[in-house]
Amino acid sequence: MSEVLTLQPSLPKAQDASAGASKFCPGCGHGMVLKTLAFAIDDLNIHERTVFGCDIGCSLLAWNYMDLDSVQTHHGRTTPVIYGVTRAVPDTIGIAYMGDGGGLAIGAQHLVNAAVRNEKMLAVLVNNTNYGMTGGQMAPTTLPGQKTETTPYGRDPEVTGKPAKGAEMVNAIVDTEKAYVARATVSNLRNLRKTFKKALEAVDKGNFAFVEVLSICPLNWRTNNVDTWDRLKTMEEFFPVQEFNVPEYLQEVK
Amino acid sequence: MVKKLIEKDTRVFMTGNEVIAHAANAAGAEFMYGYPITPQNEIMHTWCKLLPKTEAGFLQTEDEISAGFSTIGGILAGKKAFTATAGPGNVIMQDAMSMAEMMRIPFVCAVMQRGGPSTATVIYAQQETTLTCFGGNGEGFRIVYSTAGHQDLYDYTIKAFNTAWKYKFPTFVLADGYQGKMREPVTMYDPASRGIEMLPATAFLRGPGVIGVDRKSVHLRNTFNLEEELMEVLDGYKAEFEALTEEIAEYEEYKADDAEILIIAHGIVARSAMTAIDALRANGIKAGLYRPITIRPLAVAPLRAAVSRAQQVLFTESADGQLARMVLEKLYGLTTPYSTLFKMGVGVTGNDIIEKVEAMIKEPATV
Amino acid sequence: MSRSRIVLAGEGGHGVQSVAKILVEAAYEANKEVLYIPNFGVEQRGGVSIAFCQISDEKIGEPRFSKGDIIVMLSDRAIERCSTYVDENSTVIYDTSICHNVPQYKAKQVIGIDANRIANDELSSRVFNIIILGIILKATNVVPMENVKGAMECALGKKFDAKPELRELNYKALERGMQLLETSAV
Repeated sequence: MSEVLTLQPSLPKAQDASAGASKFCPGCGHGMVLKTLAFAIDDLNIHERTVFGCDIGCSLLAWNYMDLDSVQTHHGRTTPVIYGVTRAVPDTIGIAYMGDGGGLAIGAQHLVNAAVRNEKMLAVLVNNTNYGMTGGQMAPTTLPGQKTETTPYGRDPEVTGKPAKGAEMVNAIVDTEKAYVARATVSNLRNLRKTFKKALEAVDKGNFAFVEVLSICPLNWRTNNVDTWDRLKTMEEFFPVQEFNVPEYLQEVK
Repeated sequence: MVKKLIEKDTRVFMTGNEVIAHAANAAGAEFMYGYPITPQNEIMHTWCKLLPKTEAGFLQTEDEISAGFSTIGGILAGKKAFTATAGPGNVIMQDAMSMAEMMRIPFVCAVMQRGGPSTATVIYAQQETTLTCFGGNGEGFRIVYSTAGHQDLYDYTIKAFNTAWKYKFPTFVLADGYQGKMREPVTMYDPASRGIEMLPATAFLRGPGVIGVDRKSVHLRNTFNLEEELMEVLDGYKAEFEALTEEIAEYEEYKADDAEILIIAHGIVARSAMTAIDALRANGIKAGLYRPITIRPLAVAPLRAAVSRAQQVLFTESADGQLARMVLEKLYGLTTPYSTLFKMGVGVTGNDIIEKVEAMIKEPATV
Repeated sequence: MSRSRIVLAGEGGHGVQSVAKILVEAAYEANKEVLYIPNFGVEQRGGVSIAFCQISDEKIGEPRFSKGDIIVMLSDRAIERCSTYVDENSTVIYDTSICHNVPQYKAKQVIGIDANRIANDELSSRVFNIIILGIILKATNVVPMENVKGAMECALGKKFDAKPELRELNYKALERGMQLLETSAV
């Protein structure tokens, strides 16, 4: 007779183990991003001071995911709710977690202004080139030729322009001596963890940080395992994975 | 801790917008988030000028949407925060107000009504009454005080903070551009001197205690998966809202006991009505005023009583019946005939009301 | 009824609101009930500037009134714009040196005063609005002079300290305005 062993999952402290099974779609990138973010928070031991905000869309499923004081907001409004918190209680590490729409469409003006004002917070933009929760419509980041519910024949740049490059945009407007701007990918979680750590350091020093994470959405992409990872590779060619701005005070951080 | 500027009763002569900023400080407000829009800008200007003395906080955000949401952020973090807006700003701030309504956040906002819809005028109207009470995609579980001058602005701005923090419904001071820009005398005071105890703010996020040791992490959301779940929550809100009506609904009557013509008006128009009533009474016409102070929730029993006593009712406002609609719903079953004097976006003067009442006497309404 | 309803209207730059503010501030210091509201609108730049002032012994009701007791018009556009506030009980005062038109109203009195010319010739174009203030004070007769001087100090004190001759000039303008009304009744 075999025994059933119950092993506790090895989760980061900042992730809420009691939240139960993840509600994300099978193969979704969010789980990887959130877990990596939680590890970075553990690494820096800032979990008591951190407030986590999430947007509408798939990111809303993270509302009870982290063992952090969390608030789910309206679409595009996570950034202002979080800077509202950090302005009121300045030793808070505020994280605004959003998708393509929350950062680059409906929430774009808030992202731009938070960057310009060097609001003390980390904006995490999870880019999977579509609006997942609502059924897979075009996002500002949808690739040319990519089929979505609102571009069923493939995105035509002549009609809707070329994909938005969030990290490049933010990089163009931040205070280069203060803010940290980077793009990472779920195909390299070790690098993602380091990126988050640096970003959180920047916030802890009172600055704005932006991390765009290239992620996967096999359900709406209608791709199998192999095609999903290939698609991500294409995305990495289109959206360069690199640090865009590393202020001097972060340069010694590994 | 913010420093309160008013220690004893102080009579001053200033604009309504300035009064609101001072009242917020007297109430212990710690942070204002805002975005410019006429005619409420001077609330922000005054708040900012006072910052070195009050040591409070301020942030001008990029639009009213973020002004509303960052106010929510400040409140969630445990600060007494507030904002102010008007007109088109009020329209877009409904996004944040809806969230506050759903999540029972003590959101305090001054609304300085201007003409509408759209940009219209920057001056004055009472056309945001419906919007402030029922804007957003919900049932209007909000508390709305309609002020009629500077003493009201001072008194009710202070009250709004306590009401919001006690009952946790978004609470509004509904005024207008005239009140904001006009100057009249007002007595500012320390609430404690009137026996008013200001409720402290409490944190929703980053509350006291260590996560995992003293308390669990707090997870706030405004979304539900099942219809029944939503209805259960809202039924609970509704019950609370109805219960608080008893405690906080306010109204004012002026010579209404024996009024044959009862004028129903709110805000600054109610003052014109009082001017008119004095003149009408001097000419032997028994006019009186019923003025709701809480537009939401309305005090219903005294309203019905006053209307039952009268022979005719006159609804008058600087809008196309926004208050009238809310009141009429509560008057179902009563048969007192009524007339209307609606001036969209324009002030109603004492003379206007006198002329209308005289006409009503000559030709009484029948419905 | 002890309420004075005053309308003051001119072009932007005439100092209409500044004068109104001094007037109401003075009345407030004299413990009167006061209510002042400027008109404001998109045409703030390059439109008619109007101040509505009420001074009373009793509490004031409406912030805006239909008809004024005293209406001061300092330009042709003001004459046109303010006709709505005139009735048979109103006293209309207009500046003959600025206005080309003569107000045609059924008012109690229509008084023309060349205040602007007098300011330019006798005192200084910059105190034109203080002459107007003097006229209004004489016309309403409800605010004691010392409160007016006090309010002027509040509003203009800094400028007076920098250039003490200005204080004298402004007081002269005030008195000149009061004189003008006495001698100009139609």
